[in-house]
Amino acid sequence: MTNSLADIEEAEVILVIGSNTTENHPVFGMKLRRLARRKGTRIIVADPRKIDLTEDAFLYLPIKPGTDIALINGMMNVILREGLHDEDFIAEHTEGFDEFRKVVEKYTPEYVAEITGVSSSDIEKAARLYGSAQRASIIYCMGITQHTKGTNNVKSLANLALLCGNIGKPGTGINPLRGQNNVQGACDMGGLPATYPGYQQVANDEIRKKFEDAWGVKLSGKVGLTVVEMGDAALSGDVKAFYVMGENPILSDPNLHHLEEALQKLEFLVVQDIFFTDTCKYAHAVLPAAAYAEKDGTFTNTERRVQRVRRALNPPGEARDDWWILCEVARRMGYEMSYKNSEEIFEELRKLTPQYAGITYKRIETVGIQWPCPTEDHPGTPILHVGKIARGKGLFTPIEYKPPVEQPDEEYTFILTTGRNYYHYHTGTMTRQCMVCNFYVPEPYLEMNPDDARELGLNDGDAVKVCSRRGEIELKVKLSSRMKRGEVFSTFHFSEARVNLLTGSELDPISKIPEFKVTAVKVVKP
Amino acid sequence: MLVKINGQEYEVDQGTTILQIAREKGIYIPTLCYLERVSPIGSCGLCVVEVEGQDELVQACNTYVEDGMVINTDTPSVKAARKAALEKILEKHPLDCPVCDKAGECKLQDLVYELGYEERISHKVVGIPLLKEPPVSYSTPGIKYYPSRCVLCQRCVTICSEYVGREVLVVNEEGDKPRIEPLYADRCISCGECLAVCPVGALTENVSPLKVRPWQKKVSRTVCPYCGVGCVLELNVGDNRVVKVTVDESIPPNYGTLCVKGRFGFEFINSEKRLKRPLIRKNDEFQEVSWDEALDFVAEKLTAIKESAGPDAIAGLASAKCTNEDNYVFQKFMRAVIGTNNVDHCARL
Repeated sequence: MTNSLADIEEAEVILVIGSNTTENHPVFGMKLRRLARRKGTRIIVADPRKIDLTEDAFLYLPIKPGTDIALINGMMNVILREGLHDEDFIAEHTEGFDEFRKVVEKYTPEYVAEITGVSSSDIEKAARLYGSAQRASIIYCMGITQHTKGTNNVKSLANLALLCGNIGKPGTGINPLRGQNNVQGACDMGGLPATYPGYQQVANDEIRKKFEDAWGVKLSGKVGLTVVEMGDAALSGDVKAFYVMGENPILSDPNLHHLEEALQKLEFLVVQDIFFTDTCKYAHAVLPAAAYAEKDGTFTNTERRVQRVRRALNPPGEARDDWWILCEVARRMGYEMSYKNSEEIFEELRKLTPQYAGITYKRIETVGIQWPCPTEDHPGTPILHVGKIARGKGLFTPIEYKPPVEQPDEEYTFILTTGRNYYHYHTGTMTRQCMVCNFYVPEPYLEMNPDDARELGLNDGDAVKVCSRRGEIELKVKLSSRMKRGEVFSTFHFSEARVNLLTGSELDPISKIPEFKVTAVKVVKP
Repeated sequence: MLVKINGQEYEVDQGTTILQIAREKGIYIPTLCYLERVSPIGSCGLCVVEVEGQDELVQACNTYVEDGMVINTDTPSVKAARKAALEKILEKHPLDCPVCDKAGECKLQDLVYELGYEERISHKVVGIPLLKEPPVSYSTPGIKYYPSRCVLCQRCVTICSEYVGREVLVVNEEGDKPRIEPLYADRCISCGECLAVCPVGALTENVSPLKVRPWQKKVSRTVCPYCGVGCVLELNVGDNRVVKVTVDESIPPNYGTLCVKGRFGFEFINSEKRLKRPLIRKNDEFQEVSWDEALDFVAEKLTAIKESAGPDAIAGLASAKCTNEDNYVFQKFMRAVIGTNNVDHCARL
């Protein structure tokens, strides 16, 4: 997030796009709800599903899946036409405006209405709301990123924020809600194929030298493979071994038949986890790890706040800290790596990670600090780009709408979107062990518009088979008026109906993110 | 503007209540129903104070200060009124503290102890049935509801409607005794905010089979393991089991709020299904082995593949569930020990 969870209170208008906030980030969702109800903050929700938050929204835009760029271009077209853009900000803080403007001119509300399914008057309304607010914030999540155009979706949102100067102030910004407790931290720490900790490029000789000196070993400058590419490489035989720590790709990755084959082909798979997950079935070695409640360390949240995690109880049996296990394997492979405790690791990593350099366990004993925090007397950074855009000038990117890779046809008539629900989390490894979560959502389901169901002769709770061009699953249908006709939704929490058997592995060319939000499927009686 | 409290003058801002000023200045006024996060409820009558020039005592929680106001928080009439308010509550509340989960962290218990009404309890209150009514069904299985312990403070009703925005609970005035009812249970999202603010044992945690007294448990502040909001929470642990999750209202980013997963999604930690020993596949079956054997096996296999096919033939998935320290060590392991940048995690999934 460019901004913080707290300063959203200062926004007059909040555009929530591709985020089912009340279900997936519930505590922040409650806050949005509260702001709308008690403070009169105007919320615009753009989402294919009539999600819960629409109850409290000032305006709901029922967009067709995968047409976000058209919608945002349409809003910007209106903002420019009506002169609601921030000319001073554009002149002083941005570049690339003229070229960008040319592309946007084509996206009239009428043209965009055809693409998105949102009425031209609602597009105008949304544009005026966002464009005339003194402070407007953009909140987005995987509904924006999990497309083959994901990177361009995000850049479009950046265009919108720049156009109205909604950046670098409280109540503004471009704010992705990170989906997992420490996904921000895992990225910060270099759990990515192109970057060391702190987003420092592995391909940069000077940077690489710094890490070679720190770790006392020669390092590779070749950018590695992303998660979906790893599966492809395993299938082709280029990759022969996987080391998996605390992940369950056999439920979470797209196009699972493909991944199953890949995992079967591996010469060696080691999985380190707290449960015997579905991925463990393919493993040659399974190592028992401590859970978060049994660990000391830090997590970094969606607003870049580094917070202390504390050991509250002892791990079961012989389960050990993940870092301890890795150090022991390293030692046996001839590389001495040992730490007394997690704090010693943190001390090492902060010396190599500029954004974390000023953070110590002592400083975050009670309240976490938001990076960048370059020195020990720096208070941390709740808002990015204050006074000046971090890269110098904010870059407008002209972006054309292109349809999703997969389109419905005569056979596969529905568009399937996937996600999570409020009661479960990711692949269900944790929440499916919990009584309250299972009480509400004990089994997988397919959300479908009642009119579609009637046409197919389906009643609520009927078993259906959902097939895509890649696979099929069986589950119960749940009639839901929040679905539009022609669109269905399911979650990836359930190992008994793995929705990712259906999804495709077409990736965004830059972020390499799969298009989970648009899969063409058919729904039949089993 | 200026106000005088107990003879001392204070400079105060307009739009603040007597209670807010008193708390800010360290002047103690007892409360039961008051919650900082919502508008004043004013149901318990414990926060009464005397304002000179007014015939009746006023409630400090919902009376705004005025310039020149002279306030007394500790006069005989104030004391008598508080005593009467507390007695009224106690007359309806069973003294089943020995079997109540809330004992030791009960606001009512604390108030009785603090305000010292032993003589009243001994001759009037003791003798009421301990628990008139067993727990009744509530809007979520995460919470056990004992209506007879309810003191009708309405904290739960107010937090649910004002703060969470779900409006599940109502005060049902029908029958011989008014009571809280989850009338709109289908709107409940099991966030447990009502449980967190219940001052007595009317609402108690219903997930952990093990209960421990406050002085027997260890409370550790940590961060929720689910979504990216990163709510700070406290794991209450007894006998190496998580028995309850509580929250500190003063700590960002959640300031005391949690959702169903943060509040009630902790059973996996102590699940019997947790992995407890290293496993190695032998003759297509998993066998428990010692750490030494498992670690040697993993190191040998990885070394062999690295030597025969090169470091880029090995790929690793770090984890958005693990700590920064774990992830740092993981990518260091892949890069420095294996020698590849084939390291990623589920950020895209």
